[in-house]
Amino acid sequence: MNATPPMTTATSAPAAATASGHLETIDTSRAGVPMSRLIAVELRKLVNTRAGLWLVLAIGLVSLLIMTAMLIWADDSDLVFGNIFGLMNIPTGFLLPVLAILLVTSEWGQRTGLVTFTLEPRRSRVVVAKLATALVAAVGAMLTAMAFGALGNLLAGLFHDDPAGTWEMTLAGMSNSVMLQLFALLMGFAFGMLIRNSAAAIVLYFVIPTIWSILAQVIPWVHDHLQKWADFSFAQQPFQSGEWATGQEWAHLATSGTIWLVLPLVIGIWRLLRSEVK
Amino acid sequence: MITVERLTKTYGGFRAVDDVSFTCQPGAVTGFLGPNGAGKTTTMRVIAGLTPATSGQATIAGTHYRDIPNPGTQVGVLLDASAQHAGRTGREVLTMGALTMGLPRQRVDEMLELVSLSRSESKRRVRNYSLGMRQRLGIAHALLGDPRILILDEPANGLDPAGIHWMRGLLRDYANRGGTVLLSSHLLHEVEVIADELIVIGQGRIVAQGTKGELLQRAGTFVKADDLAALGAALAAAGITDAAPSGDAGLRTEAGPREVGRAAAAAGVALLELRTADGAGLEEMFLQLTADTQRDDLTDGAAA
Repeated sequence: MNATPPMTTATSAPAAATASGHLETIDTSRAGVPMSRLIAVELRKLVNTRAGLWLVLAIGLVSLLIMTAMLIWADDSDLVFGNIFGLMNIPTGFLLPVLAILLVTSEWGQRTGLVTFTLEPRRSRVVVAKLATALVAAVGAMLTAMAFGALGNLLAGLFHDDPAGTWEMTLAGMSNSVMLQLFALLMGFAFGMLIRNSAAAIVLYFVIPTIWSILAQVIPWVHDHLQKWADFSFAQQPFQSGEWATGQEWAHLATSGTIWLVLPLVIGIWRLLRSEVK
Repeated sequence: MITVERLTKTYGGFRAVDDVSFTCQPGAVTGFLGPNGAGKTTTMRVIAGLTPATSGQATIAGTHYRDIPNPGTQVGVLLDASAQHAGRTGREVLTMGALTMGLPRQRVDEMLELVSLSRSESKRRVRNYSLGMRQRLGIAHALLGDPRILILDEPANGLDPAGIHWMRGLLRDYANRGGTVLLSSHLLHEVEVIADELIVIGQGRIVAQGTKGELLQRAGTFVKADDLAALGAALAAAGITDAAPSGDAGLRTEAGPREVGRAAAAAGVALLELRTADGAGLEEMFLQLTADTQRDDLTDGAAA
């Protein structure tokens, strides 16, 4: 500040330090910060920086873009609701985990954790609020995809020939795609919790599973014995369809999900609860 | 009231805070003074529940910080004015705080006015704030929930002299209304201006504490001679055993100038200088601390 503005003195200020005269104690019976307010603040954090706002907007814009592109260039047979919605889920599947990662890592990278965890020292509640916020964002993104998918399908039905505009979408297909979105989001969240650095978490989130998949393809023993059970993206492939997965496929999803999602999440939370907030 | 009891925090083999105990009373501004890396920030972080103590504890009116419900409305904390998302506006930072604490939005405007951040400044992103503006924002955030206790780490850092004067008035008034204030600084004159009570820390240990008056007026004598060894021997012979090397190639002792002068005369030591040490004791002690820790800063910044 070069030019010093006229200072408001404390005595003339409206609500300056209205501490009353008696010796103060801490009121331990006061209501704590309710979860609803923590979630409201976390939702605000998603959009109150330019980067965050654009990330959220991007999810909507990309869906709109895909809808338009499909309406212009796709074959009539592809212009069915299941397809349009499914295609929109691909970019969302990349963006949502990034959003979840940033929601966690910005507390460390920008050091806002100092404020966040002094206003709510029960750190597990902050984690729950962030997780809830990420889920709200995911539901929002999927509803957006659904809305644009429906709109696109409606327009396809009007301007294209059959079977364009068909509403066919299996329950299995819908629940599979919702589930995969949630897994991607949760894994991003877990990586953010574990790594705490925005750039590193984003890069490792995308790179490590890819490297692991490549290794699993190349090394015969890993391919034969490990990949099915320990490769999360491999285990998710059967769920990228309109069919219900088999019990075996669910088992693969469970074991690989434990390794790639549950384990980093648990370690990340455990570290957060014990460590220093810098 | 803030109570720190036998607090120790180690990082590996390094003792950032070493058996520190003190209390901060309501109605007073307690200055926490020490060179960079002395353990001030670590101590305050332990008080605010951000850093787990290795041993000992810190409580606020008998309660651990983590057990304080809606702590923002009871304890105002400013640990690092730069620890804000660079992409958020100052107003947004306060709005988020008000939302968390459950305060009406008008509180944000009141606080902005209190710390003299104008409407247009409040809409700028924190990235574009000077350090002084960040400090004002941080102080506004600490006061947002109308807490009775304030913990401020280096709040005067980056403020211009007028800003420091303003803050003195603010905290003075706050303490006069019964509030408790703990603020840290690495600059003696800053703390002298603002604080009533002083805690001086160096290399993780408390080296002096008391009211500002006590510490600044601590009696003593500064004495200087060509032959310091002979002077030391003369003082020792007269029963003055606490003489220690001080500042400008002289000795300092708690004994009065009269006794020191007599002892030197009895031993025939020619003096170059003999005077009351006045408040210089605190300043010398502080300079000594700073000189001692300067080297450590290069190898270990963990205690900052």
